[in-house]
Amino acid sequence: MRKLLASTAVALLALTAGAHAEGKLSIYHWFEYIPQELLDKFAEEYDVEVTMDTFDSNEALLASLKAGKLGSYDVAVPGDYMVKIMRDEGMLDTFEASELPNFGNIEDKWVDVEFDPGRKSSIPYQWGSTSFSVNKDVYKGKLDSLSLIFDAPAELKGKINVLDTAGETLTLASLYLGIPQCTSDRSQLKELNALVQKAKGDWASFGSDVAKDVLVSGDAAAGMIWSGFSAKARAEGANIEYVFPKEGMIVWMDNVVLLKDAPNRENALKFMNFLLDPENAAAVTNYAQYTAGVKGVGEFLKPEVANSPESNPPADQKGVFVQACPEDVQVLYDAIWTNLKK
Amino acid sequence: MAASTNLRRFPGFLTVTIICLFVLYAPLIVVAVYSFNASTSITNWGGISLAWYVDVFTGPEAPKFQQAALNSIIIAVCASIVATIVATLAAVAMTRAGRFRGKTLSFALINLPLMVPEVVTAVASLVFFSAIGFTTGLTTILIAHTVFCIPFAYLPISARMQSIPDMYEQAAMDLYATPREAFKLVLLPLMTPGVLSGFLLAFIISLDDFLITNFVKGAGIETLPTAIFGSVKQGIKPNIMAISTLMLVVSVVFVSLSWLIGRMGQEKT
Amino acid sequence: MAAGAPVGAGGTSNIYKGSGWKLLFPSWVIIGIFLLAPVLMMAVYSFLTKEFRGGVIWEFSLNAYDQFFFDRGLFGDEPPTLEWTYIGIFWRSIWQAGLATITCLLIGFPTAWFIATRKPESRSIWLFLVTIPYWVNLLIRTVSMKFLIRDTGPLNEFLLSLHVINEPLGLINTNFAVQLGLFYSYLPFMVLPIYAAVERYDFSLSEAAADLYASTWTILWLVILPVVRPGIIAGCILVFVPSLGAFLAPDLLGGAKTFMIGSLIEEQFKGNAGNWPFGAAASMILLTIVMCVLLVYARNQNKAEAR
Repeated sequence: MRKLLASTAVALLALTAGAHAEGKLSIYHWFEYIPQELLDKFAEEYDVEVTMDTFDSNEALLASLKAGKLGSYDVAVPGDYMVKIMRDEGMLDTFEASELPNFGNIEDKWVDVEFDPGRKSSIPYQWGSTSFSVNKDVYKGKLDSLSLIFDAPAELKGKINVLDTAGETLTLASLYLGIPQCTSDRSQLKELNALVQKAKGDWASFGSDVAKDVLVSGDAAAGMIWSGFSAKARAEGANIEYVFPKEGMIVWMDNVVLLKDAPNRENALKFMNFLLDPENAAAVTNYAQYTAGVKGVGEFLKPEVANSPESNPPADQKGVFVQACPEDVQVLYDAIWTNLKK
Repeated sequence: MAASTNLRRFPGFLTVTIICLFVLYAPLIVVAVYSFNASTSITNWGGISLAWYVDVFTGPEAPKFQQAALNSIIIAVCASIVATIVATLAAVAMTRAGRFRGKTLSFALINLPLMVPEVVTAVASLVFFSAIGFTTGLTTILIAHTVFCIPFAYLPISARMQSIPDMYEQAAMDLYATPREAFKLVLLPLMTPGVLSGFLLAFIISLDDFLITNFVKGAGIETLPTAIFGSVKQGIKPNIMAISTLMLVVSVVFVSLSWLIGRMGQEKT
Repeated sequence: MAAGAPVGAGGTSNIYKGSGWKLLFPSWVIIGIFLLAPVLMMAVYSFLTKEFRGGVIWEFSLNAYDQFFFDRGLFGDEPPTLEWTYIGIFWRSIWQAGLATITCLLIGFPTAWFIATRKPESRSIWLFLVTIPYWVNLLIRTVSMKFLIRDTGPLNEFLLSLHVINEPLGLINTNFAVQLGLFYSYLPFMVLPIYAAVERYDFSLSEAAADLYASTWTILWLVILPVVRPGIIAGCILVFVPSLGAFLAPDLLGGAKTFMIGSLIEEQFKGNAGNWPFGAAASMILLTIVMCVLLVYARNQNKAEAR
C-alpha cells in the first residue's frame, strides 16, 4: 500500500512539472490587477511562457525580495514611493529609452517623476487616488472634507472603515491637519498622534483588501478606499460617492519596474513595451478601473470607465504622493501607528 | 440505577455534536449556494446559473486554478504521509523506549513547528533556502509543509499510544515475536485511530496553508490558497465558490470511496 | 491525578528501550535542518541591528529587546519605564487563545465522545464529517462566516423576520466574532486527538464505577477524564498554540482594530515597520513562553512515569 502511494505521488509530481515554452517571463504583481486575457495575449504574440505571482502590499513585495526572491522575477509592479525605495536599495536594473520602441507613448507628465527621474528603471502602469467614499443613504450632508473620517458626524460614528496601512491612513490624517509629510516637528507629530487616537473611537474596523466589501455589504457607511475600488463598489450596487476632499487626497502611481538579476531581461523589456501599447494599457484600465499613464488610450476605453466620477477629479483638486521618509522620521510614524493599534 | 443507565451516553452530548456540525457546515452552505449565483457579487442574488462551473473549466484562469488544485492535493498527500510516518516513529520513541537522554529536548523539537509564528517560519525558511542555495520550487513547498505537519500528526498519535498499555506487545514478545513484529502486528493496529486522526490533521493543515507557501514557493508555482488568495481577500468571487464546492465534492467522493473499499475489505475477511 | 491513574494510562514502556534515538532520527533530520536551523538564525537576528525597511545589519544590538520591554516615550528620549504596549498585546492574545481553547474543549469533547461511541464501522465517517469542511480554504470559510453574521446577513435577517430581535445583533467586529472564528478555525484539532484517546476507553471502568453508585457526571469527572487526559492535553496544545499567532479571524471578523501577536509580528516583516530584529525578538519571547509551558508539562509527565 505504501509503495503504491509513493509511486503515485512520484508520478503525480512528474505530471506537475509540465511542458515549457522556449522563452519565459516571470512577473511579480498585485493581486487582481491584470486581466488573464492580456497575459495570454502577450504569451501568444511573443511565444513566451508567462508566470505570475501576486503580493498584497508594497511592503510585502519588498520583504520577499529582500528575503531572497530577487533574481527569480523579471518585472514587478511597485507603487511610486516603493520604486524610489527599491532603487535606493539597488534592486532595480536600468534600461535605455531606445530599448522600448513605445517609450514615447508615456504621457509627458509621467516621464520625469521624482521617484524615477527620466524613467530609467520603470514605466507607468496605472495611477489613481486614495480618498474615501460615503454611503449617501446614511449621510446626507456635504461631502467635501476629510473631517467625515477624522471628526465623524453622528450618523457615521462607529461605521467607518480605514485602510490598514500606516502610510495611507497617516498621510490622509496629516492632510486633514495640514501638516507636512515626514515631519520631525514634535508638536505636529503629537497633534497627529492625538488626532488618530481620538478618531479611532469612531472607527469600526481597519482593512485594506476588504475596503470595497464593507461598503457594498453595508458593514461600513464610510470608508477610505482607492478610486477604482470605489467605482467597483458602486457598480456592485453600493449607493456611495467617492469624495474629493478640500484638504487634498493621495495620488499614487503603480509602475512596472525591471528587476535586478532578471532571468529573462529581453522578455521583460518586450513585456514593458507591450504594456505601453495604448490598446493593452486600456485593457488594464478597463479591468482595474484606474487611469493609464499612456497616451492614446481614450479610444479603447469603455465609456463607463472613461467617464467614471472616481477617475475624473475636479480640475483644482489637490493631490500628493506618499513620501518615503528617512529612517529617523519613519520610526516616529511607526510608533504612532503601533500606539494606535496597541 | 447502574444497570439501566447507558454508560456511553451523556445528556446533551448529541445536541452539542449537532450544534458543532451545524456551525462547521453553515458557512459552507453559503459557499455552495452562492456558487450557483448568476450575479458576480456575494451581496446580490441574481438567479441560478451554472456559469461559474463552466468558468472553472473553460474560463481564462481555468488552467491556473486546475494546476493549483492539483499541486495542493499532491503536496498535501505527500507531506501528510511523510509527516505521519515520521511522527509515528517519534511517538513510538517517546512512549515505548523508556527514558533516555534528550527525550524532553526531542519533545520540544517535534513541537517546534507549532510554536514558531507562521510569518517567522516563512521568512526564516526563505532566507535559509536562499542562503544554502536551494532553488525554490515544488520541493521547497513540500519540505516546508512536511515540517509543519509533523506536530499535527504527532500529538494525536502519541495521545493514542499513551492510552495503550504495553501488555499486548509484552504478550506478543513473550510468544517470541520480535520487537518489529510486535510493532507491526500488535501495536500498529491498536493505534490506527490515532494515526488516522494525525494524518487527517496533517492533511487539512497542509491544504490550508497560505503564508509559508507564499514565501517558499518558486516563481509561478501556485497552490490553491495562493492562487485564490487575492480574489478571496477582496470579497469572494463566485468562481472561487464553485472551485471550493468542487473541492468539497471531491472530498466527499474520496471519503465515500474509501469507506466502500473499507467495507468490501471487511466483508471478504 | 497521576497517582490515581487507572489501567490504560500507563503509557510509557521500555519495549523499544535503546532505539529511542534511532526512531527519532527522521524527526531530528527534517525539523532540525529545515526549521531549527532557520529559527536559530532568527534568534541571531533578534540580537542584530535592524536595517531600515527590512533586513539586518551584522552588528550586535539589544535594541529589539529594549524596544519590547522599555518605553522611552514617542520620541525615544524620556527616561525608560516598563513598556506595557507589547506585554499588553501578548496578554490579550494569550487570553483570547485561552478562551478559544476552552470553547473548543467544551464543544469538542462531547463531539469526540459521541463519535467514539458510534459503531466501529461508522466512526471514521463521523471523523471525516468533522474534517470535510476543512477542504475549503480557511480564508473562504472565514469570509463566509463574516457574511453569515454581519448586520445585513442571513442570521440577522432570519432572527429579525421571526421577531426574536428588533435590531441586528451587531456581532461583526466584536470579540465574540473573533472567538467564533478561532473556534471555527481550530475545532478539529481538539476533536481528533480526544477521539483518538477516547476510542480506546474501556467501558468496564464505567461499569465498575456505576456499580459503586457513582453518578453519570462523577464517572465522567473521576474515571473518564483521567484516562483520556493525554488526548485532551494534545488537543489543547493544538488549539492554543496556533490561536496565539492567528491573524485571519482577528483581522476579518474582529476588524483589526488592535494588534494581536500574529499581526504584530507580521507587521515587522511584511508591513510598514520593516523591523526584522524586533519581529524576531517578539517571536523568540513568544517561543520561550510557549516552550516553558510545554516543557513543564513534559517534565511532569516524566515524573509521573518515574513513579
